[in-house]
Amino acid sequence: MNKFLIAASAAAVIAIATGSAGAADKLKACWVYVGPHNDGGYSEGHDKGRQMVEKELGDKVETTYVENVPEGPDAERAIERLARSGCGIVFTTSFGFMDPTIKVAEKFPDVKFEHATGFKTAPNVTTYNARFYEGRYIIGQIAAKMSKSGVAGYIVSFPIPEVVMGINSFMLGAQSVNPDFKIKIVWVNSWFDPGKEGDAAKALFDQGADIITQHTDSPAPLQIAQERGLHGFGQAHDMYDFAPKAQYTAIVDNWGPYYVKRVQAVLDGTWESQASWEGLKDGMLVMADYTNLPDDVVQMAEETEAAIISGDLHPFKGPVFKQDGTEVVGEGAVVDDGTLLGMNFYVKGIDGEIPQ
Amino acid sequence: MDMLEGILLTIVTAATPLVFAAIGELVSERAGVLNLGVEGMMAVGAVCGFAAANLSGEPVVGVLAGILAGMVMASLFAVVTLIFVANQVASGLALTLFGLGLSALIGDAFVGIPGIGMPHVHIPVLSDIPVVGVLIFGEDPLTYLAVILTIVVAWFLFRTRGGLILRSVGDNQVSAHALGYGVVKVRFLAVLFGGACAGIGGAYLSLVYTPQWTQNMTAGRGWIALALVVFASWLPVRVLIGAVLFGGISILQLHAQGFNVPIPSQFLSMLPYLTTIIVLVLISRNRTLLRVNTPACLGQPFVPDR
Repeated sequence: MNKFLIAASAAAVIAIATGSAGAADKLKACWVYVGPHNDGGYSEGHDKGRQMVEKELGDKVETTYVENVPEGPDAERAIERLARSGCGIVFTTSFGFMDPTIKVAEKFPDVKFEHATGFKTAPNVTTYNARFYEGRYIIGQIAAKMSKSGVAGYIVSFPIPEVVMGINSFMLGAQSVNPDFKIKIVWVNSWFDPGKEGDAAKALFDQGADIITQHTDSPAPLQIAQERGLHGFGQAHDMYDFAPKAQYTAIVDNWGPYYVKRVQAVLDGTWESQASWEGLKDGMLVMADYTNLPDDVVQMAEETEAAIISGDLHPFKGPVFKQDGTEVVGEGAVVDDGTLLGMNFYVKGIDGEIPQ
Repeated sequence: MDMLEGILLTIVTAATPLVFAAIGELVSERAGVLNLGVEGMMAVGAVCGFAAANLSGEPVVGVLAGILAGMVMASLFAVVTLIFVANQVASGLALTLFGLGLSALIGDAFVGIPGIGMPHVHIPVLSDIPVVGVLIFGEDPLTYLAVILTIVVAWFLFRTRGGLILRSVGDNQVSAHALGYGVVKVRFLAVLFGGACAGIGGAYLSLVYTPQWTQNMTAGRGWIALALVVFASWLPVRVLIGAVLFGGISILQLHAQGFNVPIPSQFLSMLPYLTTIIVLVLISRNRTLLRVNTPACLGQPFVPDR
């Protein structure tokens, strides 16, 4: 018995030694997803980026991911486990992972962390985000052009600045076409719950909306739109396959190039903490093919897209007013990034209140 | 489609999976077996239904696969609790956790694939009557099945000899055994029936409700079904009413938001559970009510003396 124990522990020591030696040559890059890696939406977008890292950097990296990590205390354990398991860089891809990421980063100063869509940085924590609102401005314009009822339904997850910014941008885009455009907003308190998202879409259509858009990740609302012969927009991912007759376009996240750049920086030893926020111009988000639309609307959308890329148009260009009519910025100015990232008010024309 | 019609139609769709799961659980509880694994059985039914429908191209095959999958899961539970007499509560919870994990594993290859929807019934003229037309004559086939199933179960339980035996097994297992009824056999069949119903409820989610498969897509509906059985005080027709009520609350809270009604959506989400607790309290205060409907041997293990 004793002999066996000694042999076993010796074997374990050898295993640990070779294990760490093996890991040393390769950089381990790790991802934390809030949904399934193949959710057909937001998390899959990140996973495509991860696959691009594997393809582009080949032998120099090893990637891994943890999926379905709930936002909250569990996230901290998942992130810590990755950091402990030898990851050199950890990408945490949902807003709710912000505080857990910061906490774990304090314990592992040698590991690089990158948190998507948040606003807290540290010497070893970078934030990165895409200017999704640019895409939302475009779909707002399309919605206002295409809607017969003048009402769009908007399904949302949680009242965080990112989401509120998206609602406002959509509305500003819509108002640029039809100043009287209305949106109806439903909070489903989840990023991914197809049943509830579908129910919300039905409710919004029943209340007179004829176009649906969403800041939740499942294709269910588009499927409902297709069933009803109505239309909508894909979220985070081209959802054309789920609703080929209903999707006008989709705001597609394109994280791959950024991930390659950042992992390469770690390999080169040039990684530095930063807060990056890239948009259509840098290709961090792209618009999916415009489908089911008349030519003049496609042309309008493409022109807007070009104007945003060239810098001629900023979705939050002044004058921008809050719901109660107070001015945020005046003519000729644009809402600054700080205000956007902390956005906690609706623009004029939106009914209802942001849940607290 | 006008709004009232739309709301009612959505409520019926939301209620259907609850009816299936709850009716199955009701039968199993009437036989004295508390199976807390409904959520897990639903999840496995959903994924198997989706997979079979997608591979075969036939929604009906999907429904059958869902039923079969639910029964396989239920038979696991039945073997563990009825043959090996393990604790029902613990085994049921384990079944739920196991089912959620297993469904994710089976479903990995099917995530992100559009599913095959099930067409709604359309009867010319009748389906076109305003408001009630679509509601009564334009549902999906499974919704009709849920209603028929409820009526059949009610008839079976209270109007047939088989139903009497099943209830006697749930109410007094020792006497039923003494009279020569196979307590374990009856319970085994009841649990299998419960599994089949949960499986079809799950398949409804992945085939009709939102034609796609995603992990955890049952989203707690199995637990609502369990609450529903208690809410209905073990009477099938009340399950129908309760399911419409529970489904209605979840839909109306979305509508309330669309109309800017200032009630927190979280409060409305917890209403079904709150109602169940209140009903439970009301039932337990009334001794006669409690004696009449609650299966007296619910959750009690049975070992036949040889």
